[in-house]
Amino acid sequence: MSQISAIVSQVISGQKTARQCVEEALAKADSTKEFHALLSLTDKRALERADEIDADIRSGKPAGRLAGVPFVAKDNFLAFGAPTTAAAKILENFEAPIQATAIEKLEAEGAICIGKANLDAFAHGGSTENSAYGVTHNAFDQTRVAGGSSGGSAVVTALDVVPFALGTDTGGSIRQPASFNGVYGMKPTYGAVSRYGVVAMASSTDTIGCFAQSSEDVRLVMDVMAGKDKRDMTTIDQVSYTDQDINKLRIGVIAETMTDDVQSTVRQAIEQMARKLAGLGHKVDQANLPMMEYALAIYYIVVPAEITSNLARYDGVRFGRRAADIKSLAQMYGHSRNQGFVTENKRRIMIGSYVLSSGYFDAYYLKAQKARTLLINQYNDLFEKFDILLTPTAPTTAFGIGENSADPIKMYLADIMTVPPSLAGLPALSVPVGKDENGLPIGAQLIAPRGADGMLLSLAKQLEQAS
Amino acid sequence: MTTIVNDDVRQLAALSAIDLSDDEISALQHDIDNILGYVKKLDELDTDGVEPTYQVTDLENVWREDEVEKSPVLDKLLELAPEHAKQQIKVSKVL
Repeated sequence: MSQISAIVSQVISGQKTARQCVEEALAKADSTKEFHALLSLTDKRALERADEIDADIRSGKPAGRLAGVPFVAKDNFLAFGAPTTAAAKILENFEAPIQATAIEKLEAEGAICIGKANLDAFAHGGSTENSAYGVTHNAFDQTRVAGGSSGGSAVVTALDVVPFALGTDTGGSIRQPASFNGVYGMKPTYGAVSRYGVVAMASSTDTIGCFAQSSEDVRLVMDVMAGKDKRDMTTIDQVSYTDQDINKLRIGVIAETMTDDVQSTVRQAIEQMARKLAGLGHKVDQANLPMMEYALAIYYIVVPAEITSNLARYDGVRFGRRAADIKSLAQMYGHSRNQGFVTENKRRIMIGSYVLSSGYFDAYYLKAQKARTLLINQYNDLFEKFDILLTPTAPTTAFGIGENSADPIKMYLADIMTVPPSLAGLPALSVPVGKDENGLPIGAQLIAPRGADGMLLSLAKQLEQAS
Repeated sequence: MTTIVNDDVRQLAALSAIDLSDDEISALQHDIDNILGYVKKLDELDTDGVEPTYQVTDLENVWREDEVEKSPVLDKLLELAPEHAKQQIKVSKVL
């Protein structure tokens, strides 16, 4: 059931104003403050925009596909109306001079950004515990994490504050929190959506996607955002979000994601989904991805290397917070960066410096990029036999706040299911598939070949209609 | 296996332009040593003759005209600098 089309038709028919939609969202944001999902509200600008949209509709101007629909953006999207902090102190008061292309495209269709969501600082993390501005709580159990790094966006969607929210996904940062909070989360084909105006993390896997309560809403938002942008030279225009014929698909359940290391109720939910897919006439078989075992090791070489480069610009010179009481230029860099980054940022920057340094480059960075080729080759082989691959989105449901924070590798393992498709640039969608013994949501990850984003959403829609 | 000691962490911090406290250095020494130990798992793989993957778009040499555009936000950008004067960004003395 599409929440977005319900709002749009009410706004266009005059049953409800855009201002009312924004006021309702702001009231819900206020009543769910204890989850700490939002870092700021763009309320003043949102109400002004709502009034403009209402005036346009009254004067008979054509309304956009998202007329009056409120949304939230992760706080690493440059947007007007509030600071863009990336949840890091070094960008504490950063007022974006431009807006991200994704936000501009949504606004052009009448959508209204009402606030900015919490994240792990610079999107480094899998729980939103690495935010410099406090942890976000899971929508189903406040003692548990929201997942991450787009934790705040997942929680506002799950709590019905807004019908959709934007996130970024480099190794699972949309899919994993979507799974932890029982909503849909889409990571598109690499290059489908422009990243212009979004704080960069790891440029070879960074993507932009969204959270919503139905596959149709995901489809609509992705369709509006996707397309070539002259300001992001990695964008492609071959990705389709139109509904596809999905008669008798060949679906592979990746055996390496269904081992004893995975929570048993999570495995059972995936097995049940596989049976349901077979019941719908699809051919479901076991698939094997032996390189899966190496994916996290590849990721934690390649991504820190790219982070080291992308985060070099935060030095207290041109923007962001500059440390006080500085005696030299070198001290200004060193203190500003030490005070402005959280520990996980420093860890990743320094690992990146290590794997890129001249004595270690071949042994780590080059080795990882070659291993990445082997992983991609295995996916290519699998897509000869299968149309779609199925895995759990995460090995467990939401873990407790503080449970994994002392051990970075334990935290990295929360992304073990979502990292492999990211390294290959594949589209992947997390679909809610029931709850575990503690009432916590479980997510299933559907993965397609590059460009086949629309097929994922069509399959998700078929599953919704069958339930 | 590579073992990372505190002096290595100091060197990495210097390369990364981050002034760490001694406490942070010890904590990061432990973490970085563990993480580098974990990623060494890739040594099990035979990658002889395998081409590295640097990007996944298949795009090559995306050309465009090099046209000069006037930035509509020049003043805003200057305002974002921690210190600025006379249309220039101010930093500490270098020489």
